[in-house]
Amino acid sequence: MRRELLRVVGKEWVGPYALVRLARGGVEPGTPGQFFMLEAPGRMLPRAFSLCLSLPNELGFLLEPIGPGTTAIAALEPDDAIHVGGPLGNGFDLDVSRPLLVGGGIGVAPLPYLSECLGGPPALLGFRSAHHAEAAALVPNAEVVLDPTLVTDALPADPGDVLACGPEPMLDAVEALVPGAQLAREAPMACGYGACYGCVVEREGHRVRLCLEGPVLAAAGAAA
Amino acid sequence: MDGVPVLNASGCLDALAAPEVAGSLDAFVTKTITPLPREGNPPTRIAETELGMLNSIGLQGPGIDAFLSEHLPRLTEATSQLWVSVGGFSVDDFTTCCERLDGDDRIAAIELNLSCPNVEEAPETAAQLVAAARAATRMPLYAKLSPAQWDVAEAARAVVAAGADGLSLVNTIRGLALDPATLRPILARGAGGYSGPALRPIALACVHACASAVDVPIVGMGGIRTGLDALELVAVGASAVALGTILFSDPFAAVRIRQELDAEAATRGFATPREARAVVNSGKYLEIATNSTA
Repeated sequence: MRRELLRVVGKEWVGPYALVRLARGGVEPGTPGQFFMLEAPGRMLPRAFSLCLSLPNELGFLLEPIGPGTTAIAALEPDDAIHVGGPLGNGFDLDVSRPLLVGGGIGVAPLPYLSECLGGPPALLGFRSAHHAEAAALVPNAEVVLDPTLVTDALPADPGDVLACGPEPMLDAVEALVPGAQLAREAPMACGYGACYGCVVEREGHRVRLCLEGPVLAAAGAAA
Repeated sequence: MDGVPVLNASGCLDALAAPEVAGSLDAFVTKTITPLPREGNPPTRIAETELGMLNSIGLQGPGIDAFLSEHLPRLTEATSQLWVSVGGFSVDDFTTCCERLDGDDRIAAIELNLSCPNVEEAPETAAQLVAAARAATRMPLYAKLSPAQWDVAEAARAVVAAGADGLSLVNTIRGLALDPATLRPILARGAGGYSGPALRPIALACVHACASAVDVPIVGMGGIRTGLDALELVAVGASAVALGTILFSDPFAAVRIRQELDAEAATRGFATPREARAVVNSGKYLEIATNSTA
Protein backbone atom coordinates (compact mmCIF):
# COMPACT_ATOMS: atom_id res chain seq x y z
CA MET A 1 0.00 0.00 0.00
CA ARG A 2 1.28 3.42 -0.92
CA ARG A 3 0.06 6.64 0.70
CA GLU A 4 1.06 10.08 -0.53
CA LEU A 5 0.01 13.71 -0.31
CA LEU A 6 -1.38 14.48 -3.76
CA ARG A 7 -2.11 17.90 -5.21
CA VAL A 8 -5.48 18.73 -6.75
CA VAL A 9 -4.94 19.75 -10.37
CA GLY A 10 -8.55 20.19 -11.39
CA LYS A 11 -12.19 19.80 -10.49
CA GLU A 12 -15.14 19.74 -12.84
CA TRP A 13 -18.82 19.10 -12.25
CA VAL A 14 -20.41 16.35 -14.28
CA GLY A 15 -24.12 16.76 -13.62
CA PRO A 16 -24.38 16.56 -9.80
CA TYR A 17 -21.08 14.71 -9.49
CA ALA A 18 -17.65 16.20 -8.81
CA LEU A 19 -14.72 14.93 -10.85
CA VAL A 20 -11.62 15.61 -8.75
CA ARG A 21 -8.32 15.22 -10.56
CA LEU A 22 -5.12 14.70 -8.55
CA ALA A 23 -1.47 14.76 -9.59
CA ARG A 24 -0.57 11.10 -9.38
CA GLY A 25 2.83 11.25 -7.71
CA GLY A 26 4.02 7.72 -7.10
CA VAL A 27 0.52 6.26 -6.66
CA GLU A 28 -0.31 3.63 -9.27
CA PRO A 29 -3.78 3.51 -10.85
CA GLY A 30 -4.09 -0.22 -10.22
CA THR A 31 -6.78 -2.44 -11.71
CA PRO A 32 -10.24 -0.99 -12.43
CA GLY A 33 -12.51 -1.63 -9.46
CA GLN A 34 -9.70 -1.38 -6.93
CA PHE A 35 -10.13 1.55 -4.58
CA PHE A 36 -8.26 4.37 -2.90
CA MET A 37 -8.69 5.96 0.51
CA LEU A 38 -8.99 9.72 0.10
CA GLU A 39 -8.47 12.08 3.00
CA ALA A 40 -11.67 14.06 3.64
CA PRO A 41 -10.49 17.45 4.94
CA GLY A 42 -11.72 18.15 8.45
CA ARG A 43 -13.05 14.62 8.96
CA MET A 44 -11.73 11.82 11.17
CA LEU A 45 -11.71 9.08 8.57
CA PRO A 46 -10.75 8.83 4.91
CA ARG A 47 -13.32 7.79 2.29
CA ALA A 48 -13.08 4.92 -0.20
CA PHE A 49 -13.41 5.62 -3.94
CA SER A 50 -12.69 3.61 -7.03
CA LEU A 51 -10.65 5.26 -9.75
CA CYS A 52 -12.74 6.88 -12.48
CA LEU A 53 -10.09 8.13 -14.88
CA SER A 54 -6.46 7.19 -15.26
CA LEU A 55 -4.87 10.06 -17.14
CA PRO A 56 -1.17 10.60 -17.80
CA ASN A 57 0.21 11.71 -14.42
CA GLU A 58 -3.29 12.11 -12.99
CA LEU A 59 -5.87 10.15 -11.05
CA GLY A 60 -9.50 11.20 -11.46
CA PHE A 61 -12.19 10.43 -8.89
CA LEU A 62 -15.91 10.91 -9.48
CA LEU A 63 -18.00 11.41 -6.36
CA GLU A 64 -21.42 12.53 -5.26
CA PRO A 65 -21.39 15.00 -2.36
CA ILE A 66 -24.01 13.50 -0.07
CA GLY A 67 -22.41 13.44 3.40
CA PRO A 68 -19.81 15.51 5.24
CA GLY A 69 -16.85 13.53 3.85
CA THR A 70 -17.85 13.55 0.19
CA THR A 71 -18.89 17.20 0.52
CA ALA A 72 -15.46 18.11 1.91
CA ILE A 73 -13.69 16.30 -0.94
CA ALA A 74 -16.00 17.82 -3.57
CA ALA A 75 -15.13 21.25 -2.15
CA LEU A 76 -11.43 20.80 -2.95
CA GLU A 77 -9.95 23.31 -5.38
CA PRO A 78 -6.80 23.24 -7.52
CA ASP A 79 -3.59 23.42 -5.44
CA ASP A 80 -5.29 21.93 -2.38
CA ALA A 81 -3.67 18.64 -1.38
CA ILE A 82 -4.98 15.48 0.28
CA HIS A 83 -3.48 12.18 1.36
CA VAL A 84 -4.35 9.28 -0.89
CA GLY A 85 -3.66 5.61 -0.13
CA GLY A 86 -3.96 2.76 -2.59
CA PRO A 87 -4.67 1.02 -4.82
CA LEU A 88 -6.44 -1.38 -2.44
CA GLY A 89 -8.56 -4.50 -2.67
CA ASN A 90 -9.40 -6.65 -5.65
CA GLY A 91 -10.60 -5.08 -8.89
CA PHE A 92 -12.50 -6.51 -11.83
CA ASP A 93 -11.23 -9.62 -13.58
CA LEU A 94 -10.45 -8.26 -17.03
CA ASP A 95 -10.17 -11.69 -18.63
CA VAL A 96 -13.66 -11.58 -20.15
CA SER A 97 -14.71 -12.34 -23.74
CA ARG A 98 -18.00 -10.39 -24.08
CA PRO A 99 -17.95 -7.61 -21.47
CA LEU A 100 -21.04 -5.55 -20.70
CA LEU A 101 -20.54 -2.73 -18.19
CA VAL A 102 -23.56 -2.01 -16.01
CA GLY A 103 -23.72 1.03 -13.77
CA GLY A 104 -26.28 2.77 -11.63
CA GLY A 105 -26.02 6.34 -10.36
CA ILE A 106 -22.63 7.16 -8.84
CA GLY A 107 -21.78 3.49 -9.49
CA VAL A 108 -20.75 4.77 -12.89
CA ALA A 109 -17.52 5.94 -11.19
CA PRO A 110 -15.19 2.99 -11.97
CA LEU A 111 -16.60 2.39 -15.47
CA PRO A 112 -14.65 4.97 -17.52
CA TYR A 113 -11.29 3.45 -16.47
CA LEU A 114 -12.72 -0.05 -16.80
CA SER A 115 -14.01 0.75 -20.29
CA GLU A 116 -10.60 2.07 -21.30
CA CYS A 117 -8.87 -1.10 -20.09
CA LEU A 118 -11.37 -3.29 -21.98
CA GLY A 119 -11.24 -1.34 -25.26
CA GLY A 120 -14.59 0.43 -25.00
CA PRO A 121 -17.14 -2.38 -24.63
CA PRO A 122 -20.92 -1.68 -24.57
CA ALA A 123 -22.29 -0.20 -21.36
CA LEU A 124 -25.73 0.09 -19.81
CA LEU A 125 -26.22 2.92 -17.34
CA GLY A 126 -29.17 3.84 -15.17
CA PHE A 127 -29.73 7.25 -13.59
CA ARG A 128 -32.50 8.88 -11.63
CA SER A 129 -32.59 12.03 -13.78
CA ALA A 130 -31.23 13.55 -16.98
CA HIS A 131 -29.03 15.76 -14.80
CA HIS A 132 -27.39 12.70 -13.21
CA ALA A 133 -27.14 11.06 -16.63
CA GLU A 134 -24.65 13.70 -17.76
CA ALA A 135 -22.06 11.34 -16.25
CA ALA A 136 -22.80 8.89 -19.08
CA ALA A 137 -20.64 11.10 -21.29
CA LEU A 138 -17.62 9.65 -19.44
CA VAL A 139 -18.35 6.12 -20.68
CA PRO A 140 -18.04 5.24 -24.37
CA ASN A 141 -20.76 3.15 -26.07
CA ALA A 142 -23.24 3.69 -23.25
CA GLU A 143 -26.98 3.11 -23.43
CA VAL A 144 -28.77 5.15 -20.79
CA VAL A 145 -32.03 4.43 -19.02
CA LEU A 146 -33.72 6.87 -16.66
CA ASP A 147 -35.85 6.20 -13.62
CA PRO A 148 -38.41 4.57 -13.48
CA THR A 149 -36.77 2.29 -16.06
CA LEU A 150 -34.15 0.10 -14.38
CA VAL A 151 -30.94 -1.27 -15.88
CA THR A 152 -32.29 -4.75 -15.21
CA ASP A 153 -35.30 -3.92 -17.45
CA ALA A 154 -32.88 -3.13 -20.26
CA LEU A 155 -30.46 -6.03 -19.83
CA PRO A 156 -30.29 -8.16 -23.00
CA ALA A 157 -31.43 -11.76 -22.72
CA ASP A 158 -27.88 -12.93 -23.18
CA PRO A 159 -25.89 -10.19 -21.45
CA GLY A 160 -22.46 -11.81 -21.74
CA ASP A 161 -19.86 -11.01 -19.07
CA VAL A 162 -21.46 -8.42 -16.81
CA LEU A 163 -19.24 -6.11 -14.78
CA ALA A 164 -21.41 -3.94 -12.56
CA CYS A 165 -21.25 -1.17 -10.00
CA GLY A 166 -24.17 0.61 -8.44
CA PRO A 167 -26.52 0.76 -5.47
CA GLU A 168 -27.05 -2.38 -3.45
CA PRO A 169 -30.61 -3.15 -4.75
CA MET A 170 -29.36 -2.84 -8.34
CA LEU A 171 -26.45 -5.20 -7.69
CA ASP A 172 -28.74 -7.69 -5.96
CA ALA A 173 -31.10 -7.58 -8.96
CA VAL A 174 -28.22 -8.05 -11.41
CA GLU A 175 -26.89 -10.89 -9.28
CA ALA A 176 -30.27 -12.63 -9.47
CA LEU A 177 -30.42 -12.32 -13.26
CA VAL A 178 -26.75 -12.92 -14.14
CA PRO A 179 -25.15 -15.60 -11.96
CA GLY A 180 -21.66 -14.99 -13.36
CA ALA A 181 -21.67 -11.21 -12.93
CA GLN A 182 -18.81 -9.36 -11.28
CA LEU A 183 -20.23 -6.91 -8.77
CA ALA A 184 -18.34 -3.96 -7.23
CA ARG A 185 -19.83 -3.70 -3.75
CA GLU A 186 -19.65 -0.93 -1.18
CA ALA A 187 -19.59 -0.83 2.61
CA PRO A 188 -18.73 1.75 5.28
CA MET A 189 -14.99 1.47 5.72
CA ALA A 190 -12.68 3.15 8.24
CA CYS A 191 -9.28 1.99 7.01
CA GLY A 192 -9.46 0.18 3.66
CA TYR A 193 -6.64 -2.25 4.49
CA GLY A 194 -8.12 -4.89 6.75
CA ALA A 195 -7.41 -3.23 10.08
CA CYS A 196 -10.80 -2.06 11.33
CA TYR A 197 -13.14 -4.97 10.44
CA GLY A 198 -15.82 -2.36 9.76
CA CYS A 199 -16.70 -3.27 6.18
CA VAL A 200 -17.82 -6.88 6.53
CA VAL A 201 -20.31 -8.44 4.13
CA GLU A 202 -21.91 -11.88 4.28
CA ARG A 203 -20.24 -14.46 2.05
CA GLU A 204 -21.11 -18.14 2.32
CA GLY A 205 -22.34 -17.74 5.86
CA HIS A 206 -19.34 -15.78 7.09
CA ARG A 207 -18.68 -12.10 7.63
CA VAL A 208 -15.69 -11.17 5.49
CA ARG A 209 -13.92 -7.86 5.08
CA LEU A 210 -14.98 -6.28 1.80
CA CYS A 211 -11.72 -4.29 1.60
CA LEU A 212 -9.69 -7.50 1.42
CA GLU A 213 -12.10 -9.93 -0.30
CA GLY A 214 -13.58 -7.29 -2.64
CA PRO A 215 -14.76 -4.74 -3.41
CA VAL A 216 -15.42 -6.67 -6.62
CA LEU A 217 -17.12 -9.94 -5.73
CA ALA A 218 -18.37 -12.67 -7.99
CA ALA A 219 -22.14 -13.08 -7.89
CA ALA A 220 -23.23 -15.71 -5.37
CA GLY A 221 -23.42 -19.10 -7.03
CA ALA A 222 -20.88 -18.18 -9.67
CA ALA A 223 -17.87 -20.42 -10.17
CA ALA A 224 -14.87 -18.93 -8.41
CA MET B 1 16.04 1.01 26.13
CA ASP B 2 15.24 4.65 26.70
CA GLY B 3 12.85 5.18 23.79
CA VAL B 4 9.11 4.95 24.22
CA PRO B 5 7.80 1.79 22.54
CA VAL B 6 4.97 2.40 20.09
CA LEU B 7 2.37 -0.37 19.80
CA ASN B 8 -1.00 -0.67 18.13
CA ALA B 9 -4.18 -0.79 20.14
CA SER B 10 -5.76 -4.24 20.01
CA GLY B 11 -8.30 -4.53 17.21
CA CYS B 12 -6.88 -1.65 15.21
CA LEU B 13 -4.49 -3.54 12.94
CA ASP B 14 -4.23 -6.91 11.22
CA ALA B 15 -0.53 -7.71 10.95
CA LEU B 16 -1.21 -10.43 8.39
CA ALA B 17 -3.20 -8.09 6.12
CA ALA B 18 -0.70 -5.23 6.54
CA PRO B 19 2.69 -6.61 7.59
CA GLU B 20 4.46 -3.44 6.50
CA VAL B 21 2.39 -1.46 9.00
CA ALA B 22 2.97 -4.01 11.76
CA GLY B 23 6.68 -3.80 10.98
CA SER B 24 6.64 -0.08 11.80
CA LEU B 25 5.63 -0.85 15.42
CA ASP B 26 7.82 -1.91 18.34
CA ALA B 27 5.27 -4.57 19.25
CA PHE B 28 2.09 -5.84 17.64
CA VAL B 29 -0.99 -6.55 19.74
CA THR B 30 -3.48 -8.99 18.20
CA LYS B 31 -7.18 -8.48 17.92
CA THR B 32 -8.81 -10.10 20.94
CA ILE B 33 -8.81 -13.90 20.76
CA THR B 34 -11.69 -15.84 22.29
CA PRO B 35 -11.92 -19.59 22.95
CA LEU B 36 -14.37 -20.18 20.07
CA PRO B 37 -14.51 -18.60 16.60
CA ARG B 38 -16.78 -15.55 16.42
CA GLU B 39 -18.39 -13.86 13.42
CA GLY B 40 -18.80 -10.65 15.40
CA ASN B 41 -21.64 -8.17 15.19
CA PRO B 42 -23.73 -7.52 12.06
CA PRO B 43 -22.98 -4.42 9.98
CA THR B 44 -23.24 -1.43 10.13
CA ARG B 45 -20.20 -1.60 12.41
CA ILE B 46 -18.57 1.80 12.21
CA ALA B 47 -19.72 5.39 12.40
CA GLU B 48 -17.67 8.55 12.15
CA THR B 49 -18.43 11.35 14.60
CA GLU B 50 -17.19 14.93 14.80
CA LEU B 51 -14.31 14.08 17.14
CA GLY B 52 -13.84 10.35 16.77
CA MET B 53 -15.53 7.20 15.66
CA LEU B 54 -17.70 4.41 16.99
CA ASN B 55 -17.07 0.75 16.32
CA SER B 56 -19.16 -2.29 17.00
CA ILE B 57 -17.10 -5.20 15.72
CA GLY B 58 -17.95 -7.59 18.54
CA LEU B 59 -14.74 -9.61 18.87
CA GLN B 60 -14.79 -11.20 15.41
CA GLY B 61 -11.99 -13.73 15.38
CA PRO B 62 -10.80 -17.23 14.57
CA GLY B 63 -10.92 -18.71 18.08
CA ILE B 64 -7.91 -19.97 20.02
CA ASP B 65 -7.45 -23.23 18.04
CA ALA B 66 -7.18 -21.61 14.62
CA PHE B 67 -5.21 -18.75 16.13
CA LEU B 68 -2.55 -21.13 17.45
CA SER B 69 -2.39 -23.37 14.39
CA GLU B 70 -2.85 -20.87 11.54
CA HIS B 71 -2.28 -17.32 12.71
CA LEU B 72 0.46 -17.50 15.33
CA PRO B 73 3.19 -18.98 13.09
CA ARG B 74 2.60 -16.29 10.47
CA LEU B 75 2.35 -13.52 13.07
CA THR B 76 5.69 -14.56 14.50
CA GLU B 77 7.19 -13.99 11.05
CA ALA B 78 5.47 -10.62 10.55
CA THR B 79 6.18 -8.95 13.88
CA SER B 80 9.19 -8.14 16.02
CA GLN B 81 7.37 -8.57 19.31
CA LEU B 82 3.96 -10.16 19.71
CA TRP B 83 1.34 -9.48 22.33
CA VAL B 84 -1.84 -11.54 22.32
CA SER B 85 -5.09 -9.98 23.47
CA VAL B 86 -7.54 -12.44 24.97
CA GLY B 87 -11.12 -11.99 26.03
CA GLY B 88 -14.39 -13.73 26.61
CA PHE B 89 -17.58 -13.94 28.54
CA SER B 90 -16.59 -15.78 31.70
CA VAL B 91 -13.66 -16.69 33.93
CA ASP B 92 -13.42 -19.96 32.03
CA ASP B 93 -12.92 -18.14 28.72
CA PHE B 94 -9.96 -16.18 30.09
CA THR B 95 -8.52 -19.24 31.79
CA THR B 96 -8.83 -21.34 28.64
CA CYS B 97 -7.06 -18.82 26.44
CA CYS B 98 -4.28 -18.16 28.95
CA GLU B 99 -3.63 -21.86 29.52
CA ARG B 100 -3.35 -22.46 25.78
CA LEU B 101 -0.87 -19.57 25.35
CA ASP B 102 1.13 -20.30 28.51
CA GLY B 103 4.81 -20.94 28.00
CA ASP B 104 4.84 -20.07 24.28
CA ASP B 105 8.06 -18.13 23.88
CA ARG B 106 6.84 -16.55 20.65
CA ILE B 107 4.52 -14.41 22.76
CA ALA B 108 5.92 -11.50 24.78
CA ALA B 109 2.81 -10.68 26.78
CA ILE B 110 -0.89 -11.37 27.15
CA GLU B 111 -3.30 -8.48 27.27
CA LEU B 112 -6.57 -9.20 29.04
CA ASN B 113 -9.46 -7.43 27.33
CA LEU B 114 -11.53 -6.83 30.43
CA SER B 115 -13.57 -4.05 28.94
CA CYS B 116 -14.92 -4.61 25.42
CA PRO B 117 -17.95 -2.34 25.15
CA ASN B 118 -19.41 -4.33 22.24
CA VAL B 119 -20.24 -7.67 23.83
CA GLU B 120 -21.97 -8.81 26.97
CA GLU B 121 -19.53 -8.49 29.82
CA ALA B 122 -18.36 -11.37 31.93
CA PRO B 123 -20.23 -11.29 35.23
CA GLU B 124 -17.03 -11.44 37.26
CA THR B 125 -15.06 -8.37 38.28
CA ALA B 126 -11.88 -7.39 36.48
CA ALA B 127 -9.84 -8.51 39.49
CA GLN B 128 -11.48 -11.96 39.50
CA LEU B 129 -10.72 -12.38 35.78
CA VAL B 130 -7.10 -11.31 36.31
CA ALA B 131 -6.72 -13.70 39.24
CA ALA B 132 -8.00 -16.58 37.10
CA ALA B 133 -5.68 -15.64 34.23
CA ARG B 134 -2.78 -15.34 36.70
CA ALA B 135 -3.45 -18.87 37.90
CA ALA B 136 -3.44 -20.10 34.30
CA THR B 137 -0.17 -18.57 33.10
CA ARG B 138 3.14 -17.18 34.27
CA MET B 139 3.45 -14.96 31.22
CA PRO B 140 3.35 -11.16 31.60
CA LEU B 141 -0.26 -10.06 31.95
CA TYR B 142 -1.51 -6.61 30.99
CA ALA B 143 -5.01 -5.69 32.16
CA LYS B 144 -6.90 -3.47 29.72
CA LEU B 145 -9.31 -1.35 31.67
CA SER B 146 -12.35 0.66 30.72
CA PRO B 147 -12.28 4.41 31.29
CA ALA B 148 -15.98 4.21 32.15
CA GLN B 149 -15.63 3.77 35.86
CA TRP B 150 -15.79 6.19 38.70
CA ASP B 151 -12.46 5.25 40.25
CA VAL B 152 -10.13 3.70 37.70
CA ALA B 153 -7.23 3.91 40.18
CA GLU B 154 -9.13 1.60 42.51
CA ALA B 155 -9.65 -0.84 39.63
CA ALA B 156 -5.94 -0.59 38.88
CA ARG B 157 -5.01 -1.43 42.46
CA ALA B 158 -7.40 -4.39 42.41
CA VAL B 159 -6.07 -5.93 39.18
CA VAL B 160 -2.44 -5.42 40.20
CA ALA B 161 -3.18 -7.05 43.56
CA ALA B 162 -4.76 -9.93 41.60
CA GLY B 163 -1.54 -10.42 39.65
CA ALA B 164 -1.49 -8.07 36.65
CA ASP B 165 2.05 -7.13 35.60
CA GLY B 166 0.97 -4.02 33.73
CA LEU B 167 -1.96 -1.95 32.57
CA SER B 168 -3.30 -1.02 29.14
CA LEU B 169 -5.16 2.27 29.43
CA VAL B 170 -7.70 2.85 28.04
CA ASN B 171 -10.24 0.85 26.07
CA THR B 172 -12.97 2.64 24.13
CA ILE B 173 -15.90 4.12 25.97
CA ARG B 174 -19.49 3.34 25.02
CA GLY B 175 -21.12 5.87 22.71
CA LEU B 176 -24.06 6.20 20.35
CA ALA B 177 -24.45 7.95 17.01
CA LEU B 178 -27.70 8.62 15.19
CA ASP B 179 -28.34 8.97 11.48
CA PRO B 180 -29.35 12.63 11.26
CA ALA B 181 -31.98 11.89 8.61
CA THR B 182 -33.77 9.05 10.39
CA LEU B 183 -32.68 9.59 14.01
CA ARG B 184 -32.04 5.86 14.21
CA PRO B 185 -28.73 4.46 15.52
CA ILE B 186 -26.16 4.14 12.72
CA LEU B 187 -24.62 1.00 14.22
CA ALA B 188 -26.68 -2.16 13.83
CA ARG B 189 -26.18 -2.98 17.50
CA GLY B 190 -27.02 0.51 18.69
CA ALA B 191 -24.17 1.69 20.87
CA GLY B 192 -20.49 1.06 20.15
CA GLY B 193 -17.01 1.81 21.40
CA TYR B 194 -16.03 5.46 21.04
CA SER B 195 -12.42 6.18 20.09
CA GLY B 196 -10.31 8.91 18.59
CA PRO B 197 -9.31 12.39 19.75
CA ALA B 198 -12.35 12.80 22.00
CA LEU B 199 -10.99 9.97 24.13
CA ARG B 200 -7.58 11.56 24.71
CA PRO B 201 -8.29 13.74 27.78
CA ILE B 202 -10.09 10.78 29.33
CA ALA B 203 -7.08 8.55 28.68
CA LEU B 204 -4.75 11.16 30.16
CA ALA B 205 -6.81 11.32 33.33
CA CYS B 206 -6.92 7.53 33.66
CA VAL B 207 -3.19 7.06 33.10
CA HIS B 208 -2.44 9.87 35.51
CA ALA B 209 -4.68 8.41 38.21
CA CYS B 210 -3.37 4.86 37.77
CA ALA B 211 0.30 5.82 37.59
CA SER B 212 -0.11 7.44 40.99
CA ALA B 213 -1.90 4.39 42.39
CA VAL B 214 0.22 1.46 41.20
CA ASP B 215 3.84 0.85 40.29
CA VAL B 216 3.56 -1.21 37.10
CA PRO B 217 4.24 -0.40 33.43
CA ILE B 218 1.37 1.34 31.64
CA VAL B 219 0.65 1.27 27.93
CA GLY B 220 -1.12 4.57 27.31
CA MET B 221 -3.63 4.88 24.47
CA GLY B 222 -6.65 6.89 23.48
CA GLY B 223 -6.81 9.40 20.65
CA ILE B 224 -3.09 9.77 19.98
CA ARG B 225 -2.57 11.58 16.67
CA THR B 226 0.78 13.31 17.19
CA GLY B 227 4.08 12.95 18.98
CA LEU B 228 2.96 15.60 21.45
CA ASP B 229 -0.13 13.52 22.26
CA ALA B 230 2.18 10.60 22.97
CA LEU B 231 4.53 12.75 25.07
CA GLU B 232 1.62 13.90 27.21
CA LEU B 233 0.69 10.30 27.99
CA VAL B 234 4.32 9.63 28.90
CA ALA B 235 4.31 12.71 31.10
CA VAL B 236 1.42 11.35 33.15
CA GLY B 237 2.92 7.92 33.53
CA ALA B 238 2.77 5.78 30.38
CA SER B 239 5.91 3.78 29.67
CA ALA B 240 4.72 2.83 26.18
CA VAL B 241 2.00 4.18 23.91
CA ALA B 242 -0.41 2.50 21.52
CA LEU B 243 -2.06 3.83 18.36
CA GLY B 244 -5.63 3.02 17.44
CA THR B 245 -7.98 5.13 15.34
CA ILE B 246 -5.11 7.13 13.80
CA LEU B 247 -3.93 3.94 12.06
CA PHE B 248 -7.14 3.88 10.02
CA SER B 249 -6.46 7.22 8.37
CA ASP B 250 -2.64 7.19 8.59
CA PRO B 251 -1.35 3.59 8.51
CA PHE B 252 2.27 4.61 8.96
CA ALA B 253 1.58 7.04 11.80
CA ALA B 254 4.01 5.20 14.11
CA VAL B 255 7.00 6.35 12.08
CA ARG B 256 5.87 9.98 12.13
CA ILE B 257 4.81 9.95 15.78
CA ARG B 258 8.13 8.46 16.90
CA GLN B 259 9.99 11.28 15.14
CA GLU B 260 7.63 13.92 16.54
CA LEU B 261 7.92 12.44 20.02
CA ASP B 262 11.70 12.76 19.98
CA ALA B 263 11.48 16.29 18.60
CA GLU B 264 8.89 17.39 21.16
CA ALA B 265 11.03 15.96 23.96
CA ALA B 266 14.15 17.68 22.64
CA THR B 267 12.31 21.02 22.37
CA ARG B 268 11.59 20.76 26.09
CA GLY B 269 15.18 19.96 26.96
CA PHE B 270 14.67 16.25 27.63
CA ALA B 271 17.41 13.86 26.61
CA THR B 272 14.71 11.23 26.00
CA PRO B 273 10.89 11.36 25.95
CA ARG B 274 10.85 9.34 29.18
CA GLU B 275 12.21 12.33 31.06
CA ALA B 276 8.83 14.02 30.55
CA ARG B 277 7.59 11.78 33.34
CA ALA B 278 9.72 13.69 35.81
CA VAL B 279 7.80 16.92 35.21
CA VAL B 280 4.54 15.55 36.51
CA ASN B 281 6.31 13.77 39.36
CA SER B 282 8.06 16.98 40.39
CA GLY B 283 4.79 18.64 41.27
CA LYS B 284 5.71 21.75 39.28
CA TYR B 285 2.35 21.75 37.57
CA LEU B 286 0.70 22.05 40.96
CA GLU B 287 2.67 25.22 41.68
CA ILE B 288 1.51 26.69 38.41
CA ALA B 289 -2.07 25.82 39.22
CA THR B 290 -1.73 27.41 42.65
CA ASN B 291 -0.24 30.61 41.27
CA SER B 292 -2.88 30.99 38.60
CA THR B 293 -5.71 30.79 41.10
CA ALA B 294 -4.06 33.12 43.62
